[in-house]
Amino acid sequence: MAETTYVEAIRQGIWEEMERDDTVFVMGEDVAVYGGAFKVTKGMLERFGELRVVDTPLAESGIVGAGTGAAINGLRPVLEMQFADFMACGFDQITNFAAKCRYRWGQAIPMVIRAPAGGNIHGGPFHSQNVEMPYVHTPGLKVVQPATAYDAKGLIKAAIRDNDPVIYLEHKYLYRSVKEELPAKDYTVPIGKASIRREGADVSIITYGWMVHVALEAAETAASEGIGVEVLDLRTLVPLDREAILDTAKKTSKVIMLHEDTLTGGIGGELAGIISEHAFDYLDGPLVRIAAPDTPVPFSETLEKAFLPSVEDVLEKTRWLYRF
Amino acid sequence: MSTPAVAHLQTEFDRDLCESFHYYMLLMRELEDRIENKLYRQGKVVGGCYTGRGQEAIPVGSAILSRPGDWLTPSHRDMAALLIRGITPEEILAQYMGRATGLSKGRDGNMHMGCSDRHCVPIISSIGASIPIASGLAFAMRYRGESNVVLNYSGDGASSRGDWHEGLNMAAVMNLPIVYLCNNNLYAYSTPLDKQMKISDIADRVAGYGIPAEIVNGNDVLAIYEASKRAVAHARAGKGPYFIECKTFRMSGHSAHDPADYVPNQLMEEWSRKDPILMLQRYMVENLGADEQDFVDMRKRVLDKIDTAIEWALDQPFPDPATLEDDVYASA
Repeated sequence: MAETTYVEAIRQGIWEEMERDDTVFVMGEDVAVYGGAFKVTKGMLERFGELRVVDTPLAESGIVGAGTGAAINGLRPVLEMQFADFMACGFDQITNFAAKCRYRWGQAIPMVIRAPAGGNIHGGPFHSQNVEMPYVHTPGLKVVQPATAYDAKGLIKAAIRDNDPVIYLEHKYLYRSVKEELPAKDYTVPIGKASIRREGADVSIITYGWMVHVALEAAETAASEGIGVEVLDLRTLVPLDREAILDTAKKTSKVIMLHEDTLTGGIGGELAGIISEHAFDYLDGPLVRIAAPDTPVPFSETLEKAFLPSVEDVLEKTRWLYRF
Repeated sequence: MSTPAVAHLQTEFDRDLCESFHYYMLLMRELEDRIENKLYRQGKVVGGCYTGRGQEAIPVGSAILSRPGDWLTPSHRDMAALLIRGITPEEILAQYMGRATGLSKGRDGNMHMGCSDRHCVPIISSIGASIPIASGLAFAMRYRGESNVVLNYSGDGASSRGDWHEGLNMAAVMNLPIVYLCNNNLYAYSTPLDKQMKISDIADRVAGYGIPAEIVNGNDVLAIYEASKRAVAHARAGKGPYFIECKTFRMSGHSAHDPADYVPNQLMEEWSRKDPILMLQRYMVENLGADEQDFVDMRKRVLDKIDTAIEWALDQPFPDPATLEDDVYASA
C-alpha cells in the first residue's frame, strides 16, 4: 500500500468529511480554483462545487467572521488561513466572539480554522511563526497540532466533527517530509489525547509538532549512550492530556518540555506548572524547557538554524538532566 | 454619489401597523428609561447601560418585517429588534440584573444579549465585528437555497472598522442576502462625525463596494419601514445586499455614566423636536383618526407590562457560583 504524506492526509480527512456531511464546506484565500497555497484543498472545487469550496477576498477577519456566522446558522466551516501568521488579522473574531459564543449565549460554533505553522522552510518572520499560545490562552478554543500523517488525518476529522471552534495547526515542514501508510477505513484521533511515541525510563520529553521528530532522533542517540528517553506527543494543546503528562513525569522523574515556539510564555511553562503542582514529589531534577529564543523567526539559513531547537540541543539537555 | 432620501408614503399605513410601530417604540423607550433612570441609579442594574433613546424607529421599522427564518444582529441601540423577535421584557430585565434566567445566564451584561432560538446574535463589543458575522449567516441561507435574509445593525462608528469593510465587500462579492441598517447618530461615543470621516454620508463608503444604498430620515419609522421593505425584497429575491443609512441622533450619552457634555445643547434641542415617537403620533392623529387618549392608553399598557416584568425579574435567582466553569466547551 502506498504511503500518504502529511499534507495529503489533511486533504483526505477534509474530503472524507465533506462526503460524509453536506454541511461541511471549505472557505479561504485561493482554496478553490488554485487548490490552496499548499494544495490542501486541491481537487475539491471539481468534486464539491463552488458553493462548498469558496474563494474569498484577502480578508482574514472577514473569513473568520463569515465562518462563525455560517456555524451559527447550521454549517460546519473549515477555514484556511494561508499562513498561521495571518490568523492575527482575525484575532478579534476568533477570541472575542467565536470562542465566547457557547458561554455567552449557549451557541455552539463547530468551526475549524486550519493554519499552516512553523519554520525550517526559510519563510522568515511572517511565514514561520508558531502562534499557538494566544489561542491556548483563550478559553473556548481547542488547539491541536499533529506530528504524523496518521494524526493529521485523524485530528482534522475529529476537529470537523467537534462542536467547539478548533484551531488546527499544521506544520509546513512536515507537509511533505513525513508519510506513512494509513488505514483504509474511517478513523479519528480524539482531541485531548496525547500519544507516547517512544517509551523510556530515564528522561521524558514532552513535545508536539515537528519537535516530536527532533525528540525521537535525539532519543535514538541517547539510547546508544544508555539513556532511555520517553517521548510524549501532546497532539492537543487545549485541552491538555494532564493524565498522560503526569504519568510520564512520575515514571521518569526527569522532564524536558520541548517546543519550537519561543520560550517566554510558551506551553513549556504551563506544563512545568502542572507537573510542579501535581507531581513535585516525584521529581529528581529541574523541569527543563527547550524552546526557540525570544526573537522573531529569522530568514537566513545560519540564523534560522540557530533559532530552531536542534537534535544537539535536546541531546545536550537530556544528558545534563540524566545526571541528576 | 449616494441615493438621496426617497419620499415616503408609497406604502399603505393602516392603523394596525402604526399601532405596532407605536407599541414597540414606546416599549423600548419606557423600558430603557426605567432601566437607565431608575434601576441603574438604584443599583439594581450594575455595569454599563446603553440606550437607543431617539433611535427607536430604526429597529422597529425594519425588524417588524423579519420572518422566523431570518437572522438579526442588533447593535446596542436596537432593543426593539429583540422585543419584536419575541424576547420578553422579563428576559431583558433578568439579563440587565445579572440573573440566572437572563439570556446570558448572568455571564454577560446589559444589552449584550441574544438567543439562537429567536435568531438574534448578541452584540459584539468590538463594534463592526457583526458585519462579517452577517456574511456567514447569509452564506448559510444561500447554501441551503433559502429566501431568508439577515438584518444587520450598526452605527457610524462601526464604519471606521476594518471588519465593516471586509464584511461589506465579501457580502457584495458573494451576493449575500443582507440588509444593513446603519444608524448614523453623528457621534461615536464622544467623537463627532467630522472627526470620524471626511464625508458626511456613510452611504458614499458603501457605493465603493457596489452595494445599493439609500439614505432615510432615521427618526421616521414610516420611511424606515418603506426603505426596509424595498431592501428586504431585494435581498430575498437573490439580488444581494442592500444598505440603508438612517440619519438620526443619540438622545443620550454613550452610556448611563456619560453626561455627553461634548454635545452642543442646540443639537439636542433640534433633535428633540424630531422625536420619532412624537412624529409617529402626529401621523396617526392626522391620518388615522388617533387621539391623545389612545396614546395615554397605550402608554399605560406599556408601563403595566414593564412593572410586571420588573417585579418578576427582581425575584429571579442569581447564578450559582458552582456554574462558573460550565459551557466554556461542549460537554463531553
